[in-house]
Order: sequence, then structure tokens, then C-alpha cells
Amino acid sequence: MDIKIVRQILEWNEDCHKELQKELSEKKVLMINVMGSPGAGKTTFITNVINAVKGEFKIGVIEGDIAGKIDAEKIAALGIPVVQLNTDGACHIEAVSIKNILPEFNLNDLDIIFIENIGNLVCPAEFDIGEDIKIVILSIPEGDDKVEKYPLMFIKSNALVLSKYDTKDYFKFDENRVKNDALKLNKDIKFFPVNSASGYGVSEFIQWLRKYIKK
Amino acid sequence: MHELSVTENIIKICSQEAAKNKVVKVKEIKILVGELTGLIPESIQYYFDIASIGTKVEGAKLNIAKIPLKIFCNGCKNTSVVKRGDFICPVCEGSDIKLLGGNEFLIDSMEVD
Repeated sequence: MDIKIVRQILEWNEDCHKELQKELSEKKVLMINVMGSPGAGKTTFITNVINAVKGEFKIGVIEGDIAGKIDAEKIAALGIPVVQLNTDGACHIEAVSIKNILPEFNLNDLDIIFIENIGNLVCPAEFDIGEDIKIVILSIPEGDDKVEKYPLMFIKSNALVLSKYDTKDYFKFDENRVKNDALKLNKDIKFFPVNSASGYGVSEFIQWLRKYIKK
Repeated sequence: MHELSVTENIIKICSQEAAKNKVVKVKEIKILVGELTGLIPESIQYYFDIASIGTKVEGAKLNIAKIPLKIFCNGCKNTSVVKRGDFICPVCEGSDIKLLGGNEFLIDSMEVD
């Protein structure tokens, strides 16, 4: 006999994701899931954005890493509330981890929470974790073939930040290839060339981010 | 890479369904996986054989079918099946396309006694 089931295997994660979105919407907190390879410049980019807007918005950060607390210490040095989330080997963050960590923050006193996901272009794309928007950071030295190789990440992201943009010519990086590949998968994706060392491009990103702020 | 946690959920969902339907033995579980997910069917079966011991679904064979990638062409309005990484309309060769799914991941049905 055949029993029809048709249930999403990740239904528990989806349920938890929606619960988190509801809570954050009530508290008017914008949650941003920042993804990208190890070394793409996720922490540096988040740091730059925080420095540019910390006078205007109240920000918290969840630092996801397989081990250690190096990134959390960098953020804490900015005087920003930060919680380290160690996944003990897991390749991605799941919604339930965010749910468990959220009570560490005073949501009434926050406008934005950044989640820095595990450095990985594959698995984090498959899990919604309560965020309002997803951002993928692709650094120029990684190469212009990454959209084609890791399509799901670019399908799911609202914005693509091209970091270390000042090295574009050195690596013969074909920016149009990346843009065309990404737009084919996701016609709404926005592009932000950024050089975090000089601050180039950060203000354009912040301008775009403003429309998502809930307060 | 996250096949173990995924497998544990397959076991959980199927055990619930088996209990609900008063099933004696689950012979096969049919799972549908979109082409764009990074899950490896062989790893899921490997974990399943170990993690299902002592559960209602122990011994079941997993039948994992990949759902092919479908695109809709905004130019010629045709829907086509394409290969992963091949995001061009095979009818008109247009690149103004829309993806129809690809990251599905669900338990379709169970063959039971």
C-alpha cells in the first residue's frame, strides 16, 4: 500500500523561520543574513556598515562560526552587542539556533541585527533563519565563475556585494559575467561593488538598506 | 554536508506518519529533491540505515528522485526542462528566464505493509 505524505523535510526550520519573522516584525527589528565564502570579507563589511550608521541606528550582531570567537571580539570592540554562535562543525546556521540566541538581545532597543553566517557558499542558502533580507558577499579574488557554480546562493539573495573591488583588474575579474549570471537566476538582485578598506561603495549599500528599516 | 540532520527529520516525519496510519512495516520512502539543493542521495541512505535502527522506519529503502530544473521564458512564454547551470531558454535561446523551483525537498509517499 502507498501512503501519500507530501511534507517538507525542512518544515520544522520553516515554521521556526516564520515565528522569528513575526516576532521581529512586532519589535520592528530588521534582521539581515550575511553569507559568503570564508575570507570573502563578511566581518569587515559588517564592521564598515556598523561604523557608518551606528550613530543613527541601534545594531546587534550574531556571529556564526564553526569554532572560536575572533569575529565576535572584533564586533564587540565597536561597542555593539554581539553574541557568538558556535555551530561545533555544522556547515550552516538553522532557525532554531537564532531562536535560542535572540533572548540575549533587548529587541526593544535595536533597529538592525546582522547575522554573519558560516563561511560557505552552499549550505547556508538552504536555510531561512528568520531574516528579512539575505546578502551574499563575493570577493573579487574568488573568481567570476561563482554564480554559475553556486546558483542557489544567488537565487536566494536580495543583494550581491562584490567585495575587495579594488583588486578587480589584478584578477581579470569579469564583472559583467557575474551580473549576467546572477540576473538570469534572480532578476531582482541588487549589486554593490565595495572596497571595505577604503570605504568605497558602503554608502550606496546603506542607501539601499534604508528602505528595509522598520522604525 | 548537512545530510545527518536532514536524515533525522526524514525519520521523524515518517515515524509520525507510520504511527498515524497504524503501519506495520515501511518498505520504501519516496523523497523528491530539487536539482539545486546540494544534498547527496547516497549519504542520506547511509545515515538513514544507521539512524533508523530501532525506529518504525528501520529497514526502509529510500527512493530519492531528483526533480529536474524547470524554467519559464519571459520572451517566448515556453516552459522547459534544463540542465543545472544551463539557464537559457532552449526554445528561443533567450536569457530572460524565470526559475520554477529547484530547491524542493520533500517526502512524497511511503510504501507500507
